[in-house]
Amino acid sequence: MPDVLERRRRGDLPAFVPPVAPDERPARRTLMDQVERLEGELGSLAVSTWPRSGFDFSVPATGGPRLLSLGELERVRDDLAERLESARRAFSARTDIEEQHRCRIEEMLLAPEEHKWVRVSNEDIGEPGCKHWHVQPRWGIFGMLLNWWRVKISSGCPLPRGCGV
Amino acid sequence: MTGSPPDPVLEEGWVDGELAEELPGLGLWTTRVESGSGRSPRSVRDRLRVMAGRITGGHVVHMRQDPVPWAYRVLWRKVGLDPDVDRPPAERIAVERLRAGTLESQNLLDDAIVIATLETGVPLMAFDADRVGAELGLRPTRRGESLGERALSSRHIVVADADHLLATLDGEVSPDRGVTGATTAMVLAALSAKGVPQIAVEEALWTAVETLHARD
Repeated sequence: MPDVLERRRRGDLPAFVPPVAPDERPARRTLMDQVERLEGELGSLAVSTWPRSGFDFSVPATGGPRLLSLGELERVRDDLAERLESARRAFSARTDIEEQHRCRIEEMLLAPEEHKWVRVSNEDIGEPGCKHWHVQPRWGIFGMLLNWWRVKISSGCPLPRGCGV
Repeated sequence: MTGSPPDPVLEEGWVDGELAEELPGLGLWTTRVESGSGRSPRSVRDRLRVMAGRITGGHVVHMRQDPVPWAYRVLWRKVGLDPDVDRPPAERIAVERLRAGTLESQNLLDDAIVIATLETGVPLMAFDADRVGAELGLRPTRRGESLGERALSSRHIVVADADHLLATLDGEVSPDRGVTGATTAMVLAALSAKGVPQIAVEEALWTAVETLHARD
């Protein structure tokens, strides 16, 4: 055996060529399954992020609709995995900040005088709507002088129509 | 008021062997409709308006997880399309509704396709029955084939009859095979994909046929 290997290395023997092309089907099936699973996870993440904005879920197309080569399928799989990972990181960072804002609302409600003029909106805690918590002095300038502060909670978004007056 | 159309006869189209192995569940169902397009009657325009009122931003976002639209997102991804750019038809219609604020009536055929696609999530195409062969199916293109004047690369996935390419998988219909004002009978085709229940495909065709027979 070492003798044969040595002769092949020297070029005395022709290079071994497989008699048939390798069967790509199992690899393609596996890649298709992976693409399906990753697309499902990306879809779930996209739904979880709503109503937040600013996340990128796009994965570049490879030009279709057509039967992709094995290399192209691998690229789609890799791009999906990469996009999913980066979107998860961005979402995790965003939810950490939102949790800090939620804690801040609790602190504002417990001790408004320690958070003068602080304003936290629904958007800051990842919720839809226009509601916000705003620390304001009770009775205007009089409350400011006496250090009487309270959290004013807005009643939400303005109505699409006026009040009909 | 809606007339009572004859029950549509659904036919299963052929699928090329390589495609069937690569994309199990991919299929095409067709039915012939003995009518043309034209202006939509009031009942269809009313139905479009009611449907437009049901579509909200949250609804569109959650479509990504609804089983049928999701199945087409996966199919789009597997054939090299980005479903966030070239959206599957149901999502495309819903996003367009958000952008425009309404679902504008175009003509009876387009309205029927919009209604059926939004109701079921299943993409539909229509061809002039006199310009297509008897049996339609799905296959990859061969070298040098083109759709109308658009040259297609080999292995593009297309709807075809025995002699001609009729449309691409994502719904671009060949200009000389599509429905025109002179069309008197058409063939509706519904695309099915892995994970899409057969009943959704049938319902899409039934809904479209029923809408095409709607009268004031």
